[in-house]
Amino acid sequence: MSVISVENISKQYIIDHQKGKGGTTLRDVITENLKSLVGKKTKTSITHEEFWALKDVNFSIEQGDRVGIVGHNGAGKSTMLKILSKIIQPTTGTVRIRGRVASLLEVGTGFHPELTGRENIYLNGSLLGMSRTEIRKQFDAIVAFAGVEKFLDTPVKRYSSGMYVRLGFAISAHLDPEIMIVDEVLAVGDAEFQKKSLGKMRDNSASGRTIIFVSHNLTAVQALCNKTLYFEKGRLIEQGETNQVIASYISKVSKTRLLRQWDTPEEAPGNDLVRIRRIELVPEYPDNLTHIDVRTPMTLQFEFWNQMDNANLNLSMHLNSLTGECIFNVGTQSQPYGKGLIAAECTIPGYFLNDGSYTISMMVVKDTVTPLYVMEEAITFDVEDYREGIAWYGKWPGYVRPQFPFHIKMLEPVASEQ
Amino acid sequence: MQTHEVIIQPGRSERHYWADLWRNRELMYILSMRDVSVRYKQTALGTAWGLIRPLTTMLIMVFVFSKIAKLPPDPGVPYPLMVLGGITVWTFFSTAFTQISNSVTLNSNLVTKVYFPRLIMPISAVAVSFVDFLVSLGLFILLAIWYQFIPDWHLLLLPAFIVLALLASFAFGLFFAAVNVRFRDIGQLIPFVVQVGFYVCPIAYSSRLVADKADEWWAPFYWLNPMVGIIDGFRWALLGERAYFNPKSLLISVSIVLVCLALSLYFFRKRENTFVDDI
Repeated sequence: MSVISVENISKQYIIDHQKGKGGTTLRDVITENLKSLVGKKTKTSITHEEFWALKDVNFSIEQGDRVGIVGHNGAGKSTMLKILSKIIQPTTGTVRIRGRVASLLEVGTGFHPELTGRENIYLNGSLLGMSRTEIRKQFDAIVAFAGVEKFLDTPVKRYSSGMYVRLGFAISAHLDPEIMIVDEVLAVGDAEFQKKSLGKMRDNSASGRTIIFVSHNLTAVQALCNKTLYFEKGRLIEQGETNQVIASYISKVSKTRLLRQWDTPEEAPGNDLVRIRRIELVPEYPDNLTHIDVRTPMTLQFEFWNQMDNANLNLSMHLNSLTGECIFNVGTQSQPYGKGLIAAECTIPGYFLNDGSYTISMMVVKDTVTPLYVMEEAITFDVEDYREGIAWYGKWPGYVRPQFPFHIKMLEPVASEQ
Repeated sequence: MQTHEVIIQPGRSERHYWADLWRNRELMYILSMRDVSVRYKQTALGTAWGLIRPLTTMLIMVFVFSKIAKLPPDPGVPYPLMVLGGITVWTFFSTAFTQISNSVTLNSNLVTKVYFPRLIMPISAVAVSFVDFLVSLGLFILLAIWYQFIPDWHLLLLPAFIVLALLASFAFGLFFAAVNVRFRDIGQLIPFVVQVGFYVCPIAYSSRLVADKADEWWAPFYWLNPMVGIIDGFRWALLGERAYFNPKSLLISVSIVLVCLALSLYFFRKRENTFVDDI
């Protein structure tokens, strides 16, 4: 049974462009109307621009689905959530919702800094649609989940930002709706708390609840959602199984450039000494995978024309982060080569690079000291995150994520008391 | 839990709006308590402020209008008592009106993040002014005891005038609250309206003075002010027949208030769905 059906939803905004002023004041409107009454239209009049935040969106969500919504900033994700939450009205279309909805667009909605933690629990809880009896029943659980027992009667303006967020999430985690709409709440809080809240959301979904979840964190969407909607510029451009949609999202988003090649030396980059023929990064995808993640081994293939007789040449490959820091540099042995086409190959193993964006530069060196030609940022690629059996979705630190042997064992077991 | 289907469409207001409003009465209560409780947090004198304000206003007016300008009170009524009665109901109306007008913009953080019937904001906004009103009324009772002034059966009509003042604040406030979302000019306008109202309404003086000047050209306009009937009536309920009361002006007040309330409510309901786009 579909619990949410969305038909032809569009949302239009009219943006007023006005020279040198922000906001509308009554005076502007009155003078504008007076001018048009007299029949004079001034050149500085307000110009209107139509903007479609959403355009012809259709989808339906089944009972118990956990649906992720992905897309860039401004793709219309939040507008969609706000329409589903009845906060904004669509310009066209119809939404049908069966069941009690709780939307969580912000952590700690309506928290008043002057009020105590206790007062804010009641305030926020009732804003999210809980009755006072429900809040009273869940009160202790909320306080324990947030870990703020000692600060219940302190105004929340004295809370640390961590406590504030924990309290806010704890309240929403104890809602009991049939449909839950969640926007980016996992983006807040420390790693420990993220783990706890994602776990709580997964428990919720296990009980057959329908969840709609917007996040920039693809790993979290992958972990939580079975279906995914991909929005771009206000349109729903793809929907379906999470893995499939995310893969196509990644392939559309990344600036990946894995291959560059030139057919003849004349048009190839280089100089009189060397010319580049081809540089390609070839990932070895495991089954069903169409993008590079931290598991993927990759081979860099490089071919160039040497136009010198008997030169001592070696290659030097730089792998850089997107910010330009060199993560490593590997080189070949220096060897004498005559004129001709030379090919080289270097393999970057899987389980080595961390997730992130990288570039590869290639340098041809003579006599181990003289760079003949440097091909800067010849290859650009993204490594996506992948985790298994880990309930933590924070950013994994570091440029590399090697799996060095790391042994752990129990040295002296102590018999349990029970 | 019964599952009901919600349909979201452009221009469609919640079919069960009033039922929804009733379902959210706890939220209304909690938002009211928030305003009341926040009001005197971190103030040294706390709720005493609710007493200080009407008291000082009364003393100043007694000094200016009674001692200097020598305005006569209604015969048999002590001037301070007459003024305090007027101040009490006027302050109730004007703060409720101001708070209703600002209620939506002050709660903009809620409007953009959660759905609830938007009327909850203006309704819960009057709580603070009602608490102040009760304090001021208490002050009136103390002053009445001081003057050994005993009210009569008219007092039974007091709740009707309180309700009328409240309805008046909604009749004008709801309209301004909805306009305020788009035009913040309203924020500037309201204190001005309240200040003007203080002088054109019979607070420092009795309507009897105007009734005596019935042949002046401006006299008919005076009675068109809906607050005149309400303030006179409120004072009449507290002070009895000695206070001036004109049933005709009350009739004018009631009709203006009811018509404005209906229009305001209609306007507010019409606009509330687009608050979030304009706020």
